[in-house]
Amino acid sequence: MSAPIRIRPDETFTLNVGPQHPATHGVLRVKMEMDGEYIVNAETVIGYIHRMHEKMGELKTYPQFLMNLSRMDYLGALGYSHGHVLLIEKAAGIEVPERAEYIRAITVELNRIASHLFWFGAFVMDLGGFSPLMYALQDREYILDMLEAVTGSRLTYSYYRFGGLYNDVDDDFIAAARRFIPRMRTSMKKYHKLVTGNIIFKKRLEGIAPLSPEIIRKYGATGAVARGSGINFDVRKNEPYSVYPEFDFDIPVFHECDSLARYKVRMAEIEQSLRIIEQGLDKLPGGPIMPEKKKPIKIAPGDYYQAVETARGSFGIRLVSDGGKTPYRLKLRSPTYSNMHLFDESCRGMLIMDALAFMGSLDLVIPEIDR
Amino acid sequence: MSLTLLNVIVAVFIAIAFAALNAAYLVWAERRGAARIQRRPGPNINGPFGLFQPPLDGVKLMAKQLLIPGDVDKILFMVAPVLAMAPAITSFVTIPFSSHIVGHNMHIGILLVFAFASMGGMALLLAGWSSRNKYSVMSSVRAVSQAIAYEIPMLITAITIVMITGTTDLMGIVKAQTGGFWHWNIFPFKAGLFNPLMLMSFLIFFICSLAETNRAPFDLGEAESELVAGFHTEYGSMGFGLFFMGEYANIVIGASLTTILFLGGWDCPFGLFPGVWWFLLKIYLLIATFIWIRWTFPRTTIYGLLNLSWKILIPASLFNLLLTAGLLKVF
Amino acid sequence: MGAYFSGIFSGLWSLFVGMGITFREFFSPTVTVQYPYETLKMTARYRGHIELIADEEGKPNCVVCGMCEKACPSSCITLAGEKPEGAKKKVLTGYHLDFTKCSLCGSCVESCNFNAIEFSREYNLASTRKEDFHFDLLQRLKDRNS
Repeated sequence: MSAPIRIRPDETFTLNVGPQHPATHGVLRVKMEMDGEYIVNAETVIGYIHRMHEKMGELKTYPQFLMNLSRMDYLGALGYSHGHVLLIEKAAGIEVPERAEYIRAITVELNRIASHLFWFGAFVMDLGGFSPLMYALQDREYILDMLEAVTGSRLTYSYYRFGGLYNDVDDDFIAAARRFIPRMRTSMKKYHKLVTGNIIFKKRLEGIAPLSPEIIRKYGATGAVARGSGINFDVRKNEPYSVYPEFDFDIPVFHECDSLARYKVRMAEIEQSLRIIEQGLDKLPGGPIMPEKKKPIKIAPGDYYQAVETARGSFGIRLVSDGGKTPYRLKLRSPTYSNMHLFDESCRGMLIMDALAFMGSLDLVIPEIDR
Repeated sequence: MSLTLLNVIVAVFIAIAFAALNAAYLVWAERRGAARIQRRPGPNINGPFGLFQPPLDGVKLMAKQLLIPGDVDKILFMVAPVLAMAPAITSFVTIPFSSHIVGHNMHIGILLVFAFASMGGMALLLAGWSSRNKYSVMSSVRAVSQAIAYEIPMLITAITIVMITGTTDLMGIVKAQTGGFWHWNIFPFKAGLFNPLMLMSFLIFFICSLAETNRAPFDLGEAESELVAGFHTEYGSMGFGLFFMGEYANIVIGASLTTILFLGGWDCPFGLFPGVWWFLLKIYLLIATFIWIRWTFPRTTIYGLLNLSWKILIPASLFNLLLTAGLLKVF
Repeated sequence: MGAYFSGIFSGLWSLFVGMGITFREFFSPTVTVQYPYETLKMTARYRGHIELIADEEGKPNCVVCGMCEKACPSSCITLAGEKPEGAKKKVLTGYHLDFTKCSLCGSCVESCNFNAIEFSREYNLASTRKEDFHFDLLQRLKDRNS
């Protein structure tokens, strides 16, 4: 795309995209200053679904706050819960049985696939193709059924506990997960044929919204957004946690920096997650899923931090404890908060069509930004 | 004179009925087809196979309050939906469904259809402009640039056909293609003329008719994920209903024209039982392809759309025009 | 020039490939459930709202220890109990669940050491009035028994 042609630079108008608009997938508002179809300036306005999760963290006891984490990001809830339980386990010195940690990794990866599938469908729908969403939802439904049978819920799982899991997986789950892997690989081929190879789709994304590594670093973007700009950063490899060092998997990185690169990163991540699940099912040890003795949580005064790689990027959770029943301060660093703020600077001079496709490629989940 | 006038009035009534029926049941077909593609059943509750759904939807639309937002240009706002529907219906009058079934056959039938088709763009412009909505204005500007870009290759292709058949009479064009599918304009081995690019011309014409009727992947005017609902954002009730019917009527016109120009109209592929059924079969197959395409592809961008027209379709159709002229001179 | 034509042809081909996929899907069986006419069985671990568990005599297992009340992150549960003369254990006289605030996390069931509450399989809860979601679980248990 060449630079915008300014016909009447003094005659711009303001366009409010959102808080209710089909492209923003939630209550995000973007105030755009437009020159015709070109964006002169844009400002993202958040806060329409702020629920004070951080304040709740200060007021509730540790086990009570555990449930909030699965309500931040409704598409990839398990990743967020994982960060929280890992943090508390580190701070309180709780040993986790190996089986529990493996099951956590498997379910987190399943949830990551579910989240990416939904993003894939919604993204193609942003571009005007409706059917891929339905195909993606069919595969996602399979994952949700599997997780529902284990956790008892379809979106807000609340499955992890300090020291282990809420309940064990059964043979049905393992069999279903094994069946799922080849099914998903077949579906991926279908998606690549139907969407990735499609000329219209390619033309819409190739070279659109290039994000330089500098701008990624400036805003602290992580996840697929950073990896689509050639930054090889994934918490699972860079600061290994849980049982991820035991698995053999790659971090897909693309150097094109455009929207298509971000798309390709997520699609490649689905395949890597399938590899992790496959290995996790093979290596799944027996044994308990909770520590023998349940101790009340006591956290020594201090400052603790844990980062995990969720479906949307690096989720960090910082806990300052004064030794009491509730944290002194709990800070949640949500990945899309950083990823979204790129938008204001990067979308200048873009056509509104391209800007909204770019916004789709960032994979925004608004409740997670607002917390 | 009075008989001709009566003829036209009856034809217009039949055309309205035909257009309305088609609009209603094409919506049904579209919803069922889309559902099948997406592995859902689609509307199946009201009546057998959900066949009562369209009339019920019509009742619902008519029962809704006709809302005119404040500050809109009232006259234009109300004229626009009528203007979207009326030209489409008028075009039906000149379309020959078979050698007997035609409202009013004219020697310049093809010109008339194109003239009326251009008025569709006007309706979208008026609707967007009078709505006093930023999204609508953007949408109508898009729709107009799209209409201009795609009418050119469409007309050039139509001229190619007129050159081959030597007539602007739609009936004459069909008659020039009778006698089996090898006589159709789409195929290069048409007697006396070996133009290898006719299939390409057919594709160009088909793509242009998709773009002219604002169908996906060229539905930039509606672009629901960007412009909410485009030019008809502010319309409710039957105002919206008329736009909707106009869109489907235009689809039928587009498919009919493609059939007449390239697929031999009511002619049977094997020279057996020519008649209106072959015509209907052909247009509904084309419409099914329209639906199939819509539910497969994402939407193009506005510059992608204009690039496609100016960089590929117009040069290609011009080239075919020249080639056809040369071939006609040689043979 | 060659790139121009090969671009057109590969682009056109990719469109036909996509149409081939949707064509195959068109003739595949549907996968959806026609909800009000067909329903799915909820899984064994499905977390609905809570219900009291009764013993063999139909009395609630609950001993009014108040663990669920404490565990609840949203304070949905209010318990009332009394100790009748001469009895060893407390008797439950009221178990009130404010379902408008409940987020179905399941902490209450997990915290219970007396097997007194369980999840129901109910998911078709709808009403236009807020009061309909203030459940008196003891009354519901009596209704179930009778």
